[in-house]
Amino acid sequence: MIVELGHYALIIAFATALVQSVLPVVGARRGDQSLMAIGDTSAIVSFLLVLLSFCALTYAYVVSDFSVQNVYENSHSLKPMIYKISGVWGNHEGSMLLWILILVFFSALVAFFGRNLPKSLRANVLAVQGWITTAFLLFVLQTSNPFARIVPTPMEGRDLNPILQDIGLAIHPPLLYLGYVGFSICFSFAVAALIEGRIDAAWARWVRPWTLTAWIFLTGGIAMGSYWAYYELGWGGWWFWDPVENASFMPWLAGTALLHSALVMEKREALKIWTILLAIITFSLSLLGTFLVRSGVLTSVHTFASDPSRGVFILAILVVFIGGAFGLFALRATSLKSGGLFQPISREGGLVLNNLFLTTATATVLIGTLYPLLLETVTGEKISVGPPFFNLTFGPLMIPLLLAVPFGPLLAWKRGDLLGAAQRLYVAAGLALLAGLIVVYFTTGAPVLAALALAIGFFVMFGAVTDLALRAGVGKVSAGIAMRRLAGLPRSAFGGAMAHFGLGVMVIGIVAVTAFETEAVAEMAPGETIDAGGYTLRFDSMDPNQGPNYVEDVGHFTVLRNGAEISRMDSAKRVYTARQMPTTEAGILTRGFSQLYVSLGDFVTPEGAEAPTAIVVRVWWKPQVTLIWIGSVIMAFGGLISLSDRRLRVGAPKPHRQRKAGGPVMEPAE
Amino acid sequence: MTRKQKRLAVIAGGMGVVAVAAALVLVALRDEIVFFHSPSDLLTNAVEPGTRIRLGGLVANDSLNRSSGTLVRFAIEDGGSEVEVEYNGILPDLFREGQGVITEGAFQPGSPVFVADTVLAKHDENYMPREVADSLREQGVWQGEGEAN
Repeated sequence: MIVELGHYALIIAFATALVQSVLPVVGARRGDQSLMAIGDTSAIVSFLLVLLSFCALTYAYVVSDFSVQNVYENSHSLKPMIYKISGVWGNHEGSMLLWILILVFFSALVAFFGRNLPKSLRANVLAVQGWITTAFLLFVLQTSNPFARIVPTPMEGRDLNPILQDIGLAIHPPLLYLGYVGFSICFSFAVAALIEGRIDAAWARWVRPWTLTAWIFLTGGIAMGSYWAYYELGWGGWWFWDPVENASFMPWLAGTALLHSALVMEKREALKIWTILLAIITFSLSLLGTFLVRSGVLTSVHTFASDPSRGVFILAILVVFIGGAFGLFALRATSLKSGGLFQPISREGGLVLNNLFLTTATATVLIGTLYPLLLETVTGEKISVGPPFFNLTFGPLMIPLLLAVPFGPLLAWKRGDLLGAAQRLYVAAGLALLAGLIVVYFTTGAPVLAALALAIGFFVMFGAVTDLALRAGVGKVSAGIAMRRLAGLPRSAFGGAMAHFGLGVMVIGIVAVTAFETEAVAEMAPGETIDAGGYTLRFDSMDPNQGPNYVEDVGHFTVLRNGAEISRMDSAKRVYTARQMPTTEAGILTRGFSQLYVSLGDFVTPEGAEAPTAIVVRVWWKPQVTLIWIGSVIMAFGGLISLSDRRLRVGAPKPHRQRKAGGPVMEPAE
Repeated sequence: MTRKQKRLAVIAGGMGVVAVAAALVLVALRDEIVFFHSPSDLLTNAVEPGTRIRLGGLVANDSLNRSSGTLVRFAIEDGGSEVEVEYNGILPDLFREGQGVITEGAFQPGSPVFVADTVLAKHDENYMPREVADSLREQGVWQGEGEAN
C-alpha cells in the first residue's frame, strides 16, 4: 500500500511539475502576479510529493519488502540497517529518484528563500527548474520505475553489491548529487536571464550563493568518492581518471570557473555573456555526466544494469536542454550589454586567466572522456584513454594556473600592478622553494621535479596566507591593530584565501604520494616480515570471522619501526554470502599525514599440502596521502565560510544597490 | 594601449593557451592511447612487441598457474584463439577461470607470452566488460546483451 502511495505521489509530482513549467512563464510574460506565484506553490508541492515517494521506497527497503523488484534485486534481510537505507540509492532506479529529489529540493529552496528576487525572475527560474523536473520524472516513470512489483514474492533478496555496502556509499552519492544537481539552479538562472533578455550585477549576486553551495557539495562529494575508492577497492589508488570520475570532475572544473567569473560580474559588471555561457556549460556537463553514468555506454564501477531505451531517453533530454539553452544563448547573447573595462593586468585579468585555464582543462578532460566513444562509433576500433593521456594534457595546464593563483588576489580591480604583487610574494616564493629543497634534502634521491612541484604547492599555500596578512596590514601596523583588522575582514576574503590554501595542501599531497610512494608484494607465511616506507610489517596469523551477511579471513599484522612494535593492523578477504562475491578489505594505518596500506591477495597452497600455508600480501607506503582529502575538505570549508558572508546571502543587497534593484532595471519584461 | 589592442592581446593570449592545449591533446592521443584486442584479433593482426595494448576475453579453464611467489600465469581465450598471459601481483577479487577479464601490458620481443601489468577488476559478478562482450559475440561464444544482468 505504502509503495503504491509512493508511486502515485511520483505521478502527481509529474503533474505539478508540468504546471510549474508552464504557468509561471505565462505569468511573467503577462505580468500576472497570481500566475507567477503558482511557481512557488508548485515547486514546494513537487518537493513534498517526491519526498513522500522517496520515503515510500525507503520504507520498502527498511522492512525488506521483496515484492518490490527494486528491493529484491538490491537488498537482503540480513543487511545492516544503514546499508538497507543507503541501498535505496545504490541502484539505477533509486539513484535517479534521489537525483530528482535533490532537484526539486533546490527548486523548493529557491521558492522559499528567493523572496527578495524580482518576481518575474523567480517565476522564470522556477519554470526552467520545472522543465528539468518534468523531463526527469517522465524518464523515471517511463523507463526506471523503482516501485514495480514482482509476483510471486521472493523469500529473500539478492543483496546489494558488496563494494557498495560501505559508509562511503551512504554519503558519496547524496553529496555528489547535491553538487551536480545544485548547478541546475545556475542553469535556470542563466536561462531565465536569457528569456528576460536582461542581466546585471545583481543577477550575479543572486547566483553566486547557489553556485557556491553546489560547488561545496561537489567538492566534498568528489573527495569522498576518491577516498571511498581508495580504501574500498583495495588497489590503493585515489584517482583513476575513470570516465565516471571525469563525469563529476568536469562540472567541478567548470563550476570553479563559474564561481570566479561570477565574481567579476558581481563587482565590475564585466564578463556577463561569458558567465551566462559558463552557467549553461556547467549544468550541461552535469547532464552529460548523468547520461554517461546512467546510460551504460561506459564501462565503470558506477554503471548498473543497462537498458538501451534509458540511454536514448537521457540522450534526448540532454539534446533538448543543452541544445535549447545554447540556441537561446545564440539568439539573446548579443542583446546583453557588456560592462566595465579593465587592463589585462588586473584582478579581472587574473580571473579571466583562471577561467581560460580551467575551461581549457575541462575541454581536455572532455576530449579524453568522449574520444574512445567517438572513435568506436566512427571506426569500430576500441581504445582506452588512461592516466598517461590526462597527465600529459591536464597536468601541464594546471602548472601555470597554480603559479598564478597567489597573484590574483593581490592585484587591484581595473588596473593592477604585477611587479608590486610579485614583490609582495617574494617571501612566500622564497619559503616555498626552501620547503621544496628541504624535502629533497631529507628524502635522499628525490627527483628535482618533485621538489619543484612541491614548491608550487607550498607557494599556493603561503600565497593565501600572504594575501590575508597584507589585507590585515601585518608589518605596517602594530600586531594588535593587525589582529583587529584581520578579524574585521569580510568572511568571503577568508573563504577565498582558505580555499586557495586547501588547493595548495591538496597539491602537496598529490605530488608527495605520486613521487615518493613505495610498494612491496610478497608471498608471506605467518611470522614473515615485509618492509615498506621505513616500517616493517610482520604477518602474525590468519583467522576466520563471521559478519552479519559475510564471512571473512582476517590477516593480523604487527607494524614495527626499528624493531619496536608501534601498532597492529588487520586486513581481510571477505565473501558476501548472498552473491558469493569476494571483496578485499584493506588495512590502513595512518601515521601523521601518511598511510600504510595493506591488502591481501590469494592464498598459496604448495603442491601436496592440504591447507594454504601462505598468502600474497601487497603493502604500500603512501606519504602525505591524506593531504589530498584534507586539502579538499579545507577547500569546501573555505566555500562554506564564504557562503556565510552576509553580503552574499540571497537578497541581501547593498543599500545603494537596493534602489537600483527596486527600480526599473529589474522590472518584468513587457 | 587602445581598447582594440587590449582586446586583441587578450584574444591572442587565449588562443595561445588553447593552441598549446590542442597540441598536447593531439600528441597524447597519438602516443598515450591503448588499443583493445581480442586473442583472435591478434591472429590476423600481430602487435609489435613493446606496444602497450589491452587484451581481453575469457580466462581459459584450467589455465591458472601460480609458479613462484606472486607471479601468475593464465590464458585468455575468446573461442577463436588463446593467448598466454603473465602477471606479477595480486589478481582482482573477482578474477576466476571462465570469467571475462581485461589485461593491459605488452608482448616481449621473441616471446608469445603477453606480460600484463594491470588486470582489470570487475565490480559485479554479473558484469561483463563491454569490449569483451562485443568481441565474444563476434566469435559466437556468447549471446547475451551488452552487459549481462
